[in-house]
Amino acid sequence: MAAGSSVLQTCALSLLVFTGASQFSAVSVIGAGGSIGSALGGALLLAARNGVYGLAMSRRLDGGIGRKLLAAQLTIDETTAMAVAQPDRRSQQVAFWVTGVALYTFWNLGTLIGALTGSAVDPKTFGLDAAFPAGFIAMVWPLFSDPRARKAAAVGGVICLATVPFTPIGVPILLSVFGVLVGLQKPVDAPKIETVS
Amino acid sequence: MTWTLIILLTLGAYAFKVTGLVFLGGRSLPPMFERCLALIPAAVVTALVMKDTFTTGQDLVLDARALGIAVAGIAAWRKAPLIVVIVLGAAVTALVRQL
Repeated sequence: MAAGSSVLQTCALSLLVFTGASQFSAVSVIGAGGSIGSALGGALLLAARNGVYGLAMSRRLDGGIGRKLLAAQLTIDETTAMAVAQPDRRSQQVAFWVTGVALYTFWNLGTLIGALTGSAVDPKTFGLDAAFPAGFIAMVWPLFSDPRARKAAAVGGVICLATVPFTPIGVPILLSVFGVLVGLQKPVDAPKIETVS
Repeated sequence: MTWTLIILLTLGAYAFKVTGLVFLGGRSLPPMFERCLALIPAAVVTALVMKDTFTTGQDLVLDARALGIAVAGIAAWRKAPLIVVIVLGAAVTALVRQL
C-alpha cells in the first residue's frame, strides 16, 4: 500500500474501518498529497451507503444489542448482497455471518500480505500507481447496468476533472458527489440495492 | 497516512453502519434520499478513477496510466475478476513506461 503508511497503519485501517472503497479512497487522496479533511470527507461519502445496508439488515437480523453492534462492523456491500439474496430469514442470517466472518478474515490477511510486499518495491516500476484506478474501475463497472448510475458517474467524473486545476487536492472527489443529484428524478423501475466492493 | 485520519475514519465509518442497523433499525428513509445514497459509489468511485488516471497533483496529465486503465476498463467490461483487472492495469502501465 502506498501513501507513506506503515504496515501497522495499513492493517489498522483494514481491521477498524473495514469498508474497501472508503479505505482505498482515503489512501488515494493522501497519496496524491490531499489534506486529512478531504481524505476523510471522500471516504465518509463512500461509507454512507453502509447506513442504507444497515437499514436493510436490521429487518433481517435477530439478536440483542451486543450482537447487532458486532453485525454493524460487518455490514458492507458483499454481506448485505449475499444476505438479501437468500429466500428466508434463517438463511439470510447464516449468509450474512458466514460471508462477514470469511471476508473479514481474508480481507485483513490480504491487507497484511499486501502491506508487507508493497513496502518492498518501487510502485512506479510495476505500475502499482495504476492498480488503484484499475481496482476502482472493476468496482464501479457492475453498477453501470443502471442508467442512472451511468449518469451519476458521468457527472461525477466530469466535475472531478473540471475542478482538479482550481481546488485543493482531494476536494474534486468531494465535489463529485453532486453526481448523485440525478437520483432526485423518479426512476422508471423500482430502486434496488446496488453493490460495489 | 496519519493515526488521526485512521481514528476519525474508523469512528465515522462505524457510525454510518450502526446508525442504519441499530438506531434507525427497521424504519425506512424517503425513497428519493435512498436513491441518491445508492448513487454515491457510481459518482465518487468514477471520480477516483479520473483523478488517479488523468491527474498528478493539480495538473491534468495524459501518460502511461491512461492506456493501462483503458485496458483495465475493457477487462472490467468483459467481466474479468477483480485481480485480473488490477494486474492488467498495472502491467500495461508499467510496460508503456518501459517503451
